[in-house]
Amino acid sequence: MSDAELARFIYREARLLDEKRFDEWYELFTEDAHYWVPLVPGQTDALGHNSLAYEDKLLLKLRIERLKQPNAFSQKPGSRCLHVMQTPEVEKSDAARGEFLMRTPFLYTETRGDESQRYAATAWHTLVRSNGNLRIKLKKVEILNADAALPSIQLFL
Amino acid sequence: MRRYRDDPGALAGLVADDRVHRDVYIDPEVFQLEMERLWSRTWIYVGHASQVPQAGDFITADIAAKPVIMVRHTDGKVRVLMNRCAHKGTKVVYDVAGNTGKTFRCPYHAWTYRTDGTLLNIPLKSGYEGTRLEAQGLTPIAHETYRGFVFARLADGPGFREYFGDSLSSIDNLADRSPEGELELAGGCLRYLHNCNWKMFVENLNDTMHPMIVHASSAGTAKKLWEGKPADMPKPMAIEQYAPFANDYKFFDDMGVRVYPHGHGFSGVNFSIHSAYSSIPEYEEAMKRAYGEERAKQILGTVRHNTVYYPSLTIKGAIQSIRVARPLAADKTVIESWTFRLKGAPAKLLERTVMYNRLINSPMSVVGHDDLHCYRSAQEGLAAEGNEWVSLHRNFDPAELQRPEITSNGTSEISMRNQFRAWREFMAP
Repeated sequence: MSDAELARFIYREARLLDEKRFDEWYELFTEDAHYWVPLVPGQTDALGHNSLAYEDKLLLKLRIERLKQPNAFSQKPGSRCLHVMQTPEVEKSDAARGEFLMRTPFLYTETRGDESQRYAATAWHTLVRSNGNLRIKLKKVEILNADAALPSIQLFL
Repeated sequence: MRRYRDDPGALAGLVADDRVHRDVYIDPEVFQLEMERLWSRTWIYVGHASQVPQAGDFITADIAAKPVIMVRHTDGKVRVLMNRCAHKGTKVVYDVAGNTGKTFRCPYHAWTYRTDGTLLNIPLKSGYEGTRLEAQGLTPIAHETYRGFVFARLADGPGFREYFGDSLSSIDNLADRSPEGELELAGGCLRYLHNCNWKMFVENLNDTMHPMIVHASSAGTAKKLWEGKPADMPKPMAIEQYAPFANDYKFFDDMGVRVYPHGHGFSGVNFSIHSAYSSIPEYEEAMKRAYGEERAKQILGTVRHNTVYYPSLTIKGAIQSIRVARPLAADKTVIESWTFRLKGAPAKLLERTVMYNRLINSPMSVVGHDDLHCYRSAQEGLAAEGNEWVSLHRNFDPAELQRPEITSNGTSEISMRNQFRAWREFMAP
């Protein structure tokens, strides 16, 4: 699998988020996948230490289904987001096992009504190839100031 | 901005028996007076002693919008000091936590202080004669530690026991849930910036008429996702934690609420949204070994919802997490959410605590999003004309004005009325 193919996958994943195609985005994850936004730099423990988010597929599903609810009041008006990304780099590659670790620094903007937030972050994707398709096993997003007092972040970095 | 400072009658008039004037939430002068009076005359949560286990360990915090240090002095005891060099006003430490050794050394002119706040040394001392240094150290603040919880009081006010009274039973229940009877803060602190008044957050914790409405989109979805699953399939912890937020009015009414003098109180007298969690047999065994069967049952059977230690601290003994209000302005508050490790308990307990904190109290929490939306919406909506009052009337009974401790139905707004009676008392000049 070429670096360009891997990078294309990462770009597509961000685009699905920016276009709010969450059901399609959800399908990119393996059944045992996690989406993780740690709270402190260098955090290695997701279970015994607080995180901003650490979601398995059930929790991702819950978040996505909630966004469709007419009574999700914090989404009146709805949020919008945009990922502006650096070229994804292949950090580690295990072609035999079909597993790849990708590193992608990006700027993230999330807006709602007149309010706008911006974050600098690094995405670490652990990708696995199964039946010829790439899937996300872990998406870890390290926000540069994750330990600051933050307002509501309502979509997915 | 002296309307309320110069007119004590107008200030007291903001709080009626069953309603409050909007200015308690939106007026910057009232906020300033709150910091000077209510937040200075009462016992404010600073931190937990387990954050500073060794001599020289410190944390910094803002209480009543003033910078303070909590530090373990060389005598092994915790001190609370103003974080302000006696010389020019510089904070002597800036990190949120660390170890300072035996002294604090100001980064500006290297004035040094012992960890009890007393001045130790000034470079090139000659020349400073007559600087009125007699009492000049880092100003010490009155403080009390109760089962590791450190509270400080900045100005004259009631004694610690008198102030909290029997409400301390909730801290006892939290600490007793450790087989060793001791707590340790663990897992860092979630800090959620709220663009609303601090009281909206504090009042909401025992507002049991909102969860089934505000959290229908999150907790209701959690319930739906689990519907139709085989009965023998183990329920994921996340579903157990989310789903009860969508329980009906009867559930929350039957929970019950109890209030104490000085604004404190809790809901969940009889049971709470934490009562139906799956058991963790290894933990229950450890509790029985430590306390005996009957006492262990009593401790674990006390499953309170939120206890408010007015005005700054709210705790959840049953899930070992606490939330701390740090007001910054009339419409700006940082909510800190912390988690405890129960000493002697299996790791699963901390994992459950951390999951709850993440699902409910994180800036990325879908429960938190809808709560904060409502607070902010009220912060803006209160500017409307035609009604200057916020109602606290639900289940108001004039007889309650004569009773210091009240147990009531869970959906009563008694806890808010009780908080504002304390507010009026401590806001008087």
